[in-house]
Amino acid sequence: MSTLLSVKNLSKEFGGVHAVEDLSFEVEKGRIHSIIGPNGAGKTTLFNLITGLYQPSAGSVHLNGRSLADHKPHELAPLGMCRTFQNLQICMNMNALENVMLGRHRHLGQGTLASLLKLPALRRADRDCRQQCAELMAFVGCGQYLNHHASAMPYGALKRLEIARALASEPDILLLDEPAAGLNRTETDALREVIRKIADKGITVVLVEHDMKLVMSISDQVLVLCYGRQLADGSPDQIRANPDVIDAYLGSRKPEEEATA
Amino acid sequence: MFSEFFQFSFSGITLGAIYALVALGFTLIYNASHVINFAQGEFLMIGGMGTVVLMDAGAPIYLAIPGAIVMAGIAGVLLHKLAIAPAKNADVVTLIIITIGASIFLRGLAQIFWGKDYHVLPAFSDTESLSVGGAVLLTQSLWILGIAALLVTALGLFFTRTALGKALLATSMNKDAASLVGIKTGAILTLAFGIAALLGAVAGVIVAPITFTAYDIGIMLGLKGFIAAAIGGLGSSTGAILGGLLLGLAEAYTAGYISSDYKDAVPFVLILAILFFLPNGLLGSRAVERV
Amino acid sequence: MATVNARTFDTQSKAPGLIGLFVVLALAPLLAANAFHYDLMIKICLTAMVAVGLNLLVGYAGQVSLGHAAFYAGGAYASALLTQNYQLAPLPAMLLAAVGVGAMAWLVGRPILHLKGHYLSMATLGLGVIAAIVINNEDQITGGPDGLAVAPLSVFGHELSVFGSYEWFGVAITGTQLWYLIAAGGLFLAVWLALNLIDSPLGRALRALHGSEIAAQVAGVDTAKYKLRVFVISAVYASVAGSLYAHYSGFITPDAASFGHSIELITIVVLGGMASTYGVILGAAILMLIPQFLTGFQELEMVLFGAILMAVMIFMPRGLVPTIARRFQKEAA
Repeated sequence: MSTLLSVKNLSKEFGGVHAVEDLSFEVEKGRIHSIIGPNGAGKTTLFNLITGLYQPSAGSVHLNGRSLADHKPHELAPLGMCRTFQNLQICMNMNALENVMLGRHRHLGQGTLASLLKLPALRRADRDCRQQCAELMAFVGCGQYLNHHASAMPYGALKRLEIARALASEPDILLLDEPAAGLNRTETDALREVIRKIADKGITVVLVEHDMKLVMSISDQVLVLCYGRQLADGSPDQIRANPDVIDAYLGSRKPEEEATA
Repeated sequence: MFSEFFQFSFSGITLGAIYALVALGFTLIYNASHVINFAQGEFLMIGGMGTVVLMDAGAPIYLAIPGAIVMAGIAGVLLHKLAIAPAKNADVVTLIIITIGASIFLRGLAQIFWGKDYHVLPAFSDTESLSVGGAVLLTQSLWILGIAALLVTALGLFFTRTALGKALLATSMNKDAASLVGIKTGAILTLAFGIAALLGAVAGVIVAPITFTAYDIGIMLGLKGFIAAAIGGLGSSTGAILGGLLLGLAEAYTAGYISSDYKDAVPFVLILAILFFLPNGLLGSRAVERV
Repeated sequence: MATVNARTFDTQSKAPGLIGLFVVLALAPLLAANAFHYDLMIKICLTAMVAVGLNLLVGYAGQVSLGHAAFYAGGAYASALLTQNYQLAPLPAMLLAAVGVGAMAWLVGRPILHLKGHYLSMATLGLGVIAAIVINNEDQITGGPDGLAVAPLSVFGHELSVFGSYEWFGVAITGTQLWYLIAAGGLFLAVWLALNLIDSPLGRALRALHGSEIAAQVAGVDTAKYKLRVFVISAVYASVAGSLYAHYSGFITPDAASFGHSIELITIVVLGGMASTYGVILGAAILMLIPQFLTGFQELEMVLFGAILMAVMIFMPRGLVPTIARRFQKEAA
């Protein structure tokens, strides 16, 4: 069991507001690690800190032992880290397949002259890329939108498209920011299967979610945040039984009955 | 030497006051609707040329000026109602092209009905110039500074003390929220355009006695006003005023001390220099994108 | 679940458009009755060439440039000076000019492409006007407001001038007609290259700059570097078109770098349709042809032009070609 992602004493301040405060935890390779907490607990801020969109006020993030400090957001994909977004970041000016193909960018040739002339090697690579990305779309369950434009796709399908795009990059670790937000029960169940399939491929998954049923049924480890601080970190059973967590977040009802946020 | 500096400073501030008024008009429209109004300069033109035409038709100056200003106001209202509002949620670049089309349109109308000649308006005072500390000051400059200051104060009071003004501010901050609390955002936007047009027209009238006025003076003045607004930080009224004054002074000093050939380059060099160090202008806010 | 056809969206879909363009360019001379018509068509082709490059920057990558005329003039003046003062042959001069203009674009692009939205437009506007003023003032080098004369184009020693007589597959053609072939050929090449670019990984990254910069970054795209790249590419397009124009007309003035010219170029891109390569060609044609139709109206020309511009942008905000294409798509569905 080796640590893939390690966060130590991570803090982020926005002019006096401590969005994330002195956070430390580790994510093990090949596991599904969920992060839960009420709105405003700092979950998305944590993701943004890990993926380089924000710079921390203090503390560090290490991926495979390598510090991610001062890494620009675009330098993380080559290191094997990819993420999806709470508020979709889909390119609505491209069609579905092209969005996924964007994910494979770092694996493809990017020379200006080669692109202008559409050299045969580039053409072949692009064709293979199309095939791979179409398969990815099928894998995440939005294969029926293969010939669609992104702007014509429903919300739920776009969420899966983003996952397909992230997978296209061939990451070692995948960060999913509220993938179940806005999905109904059936769609969420389908999402659970997709996440399981991703983990089965050996990709480490870190999940920020509100949907307790999804979190508890799929996670190996759960981290609970409250007001930017760590409240608890353990297996789903441990979290379920933790009185602090129940007080602060889950309330008196059982976790399985908790509706999606 | 000091009198020279004083002279340049004075003409710089005078010019700066004009740019500030144009920039304010820009900022007003930009704040309310996020449109960059390339036709702003044409409102100045309507103010100046309108006065000339009305006076030629026999009206005394104290009637011609308000008449021209009203004309500009109407033009501003029509610009919003007929050109901007119908475009609804068009792309930023599309809206820019629409205002460019509007500016060409207005210039074309002026060319047809008012001719291509250059005209001069009489100065507001009988004494044309004063000698202060060895420098020659145009009395018109004093009028310009006085009227500009008056307008800016009035505008400030309008936004902070009147319900209508506050409604305008609210619309500029968040159009949807404003309409949800019952503010008629469509009418507010039209008002913003109208006020911006009035500002521009007044500027055009008070500067006309110093510079010439003609059907095409709007182009450069509008452009420089836009730059002044950007220097100050698009969206900031104080920034617009600061930007305008800064621009006026910079132009005057360059023309006086360096070379008048490159005087026209000053606004553009200035904006590049400012943007290099302050990517959002002097007082512009840094927008944080939420993910 | 749909099965994957490897030919889905394959590059072959470029062919119909290119064939269509070829046909239009080939048949256009049938509408030309005199040298003036050819002159118009040549100007349309060269302007369209600039527009195709500018479209890559504005329409696809979503970055606004209000100073692109500077690159056009840069290519034109560089070609003029290199052939006149340094006795360089026109084609190498054109290449050198393009490299020079590209380098300039790289230098000025680095700091300003970090700016966003209107501030970027302002910065490009500023650079464009400064370039125009410099060209105007440094008359020792550039000939100032009076401009420069330019040697005619010559390829491997053969002069290709509007005043010459030539043969094309056995048919005798005038110099102006030959120049139409050059301009049309250049445009075709420019479009082909652009279409290749758009459909490549580089092209997708550029389009992502417009769609979602964050998505691009997460996919590993260095957005700053790519913005610079497309800026330079679009500058080179403008430079080549400018060089060609200089050799064609035999003369170049500072007007080529004017703010008005930059605005014309942006208008063409927006009018024809952003992110539509064929659309901007149509936009160029329309923008250059409208004044011809309006000369009869004389005084009304400006008013009508402004009115038409407003009307088209209000009712077809995506530009002519995308709006019309969408209408056909809806009817076909």
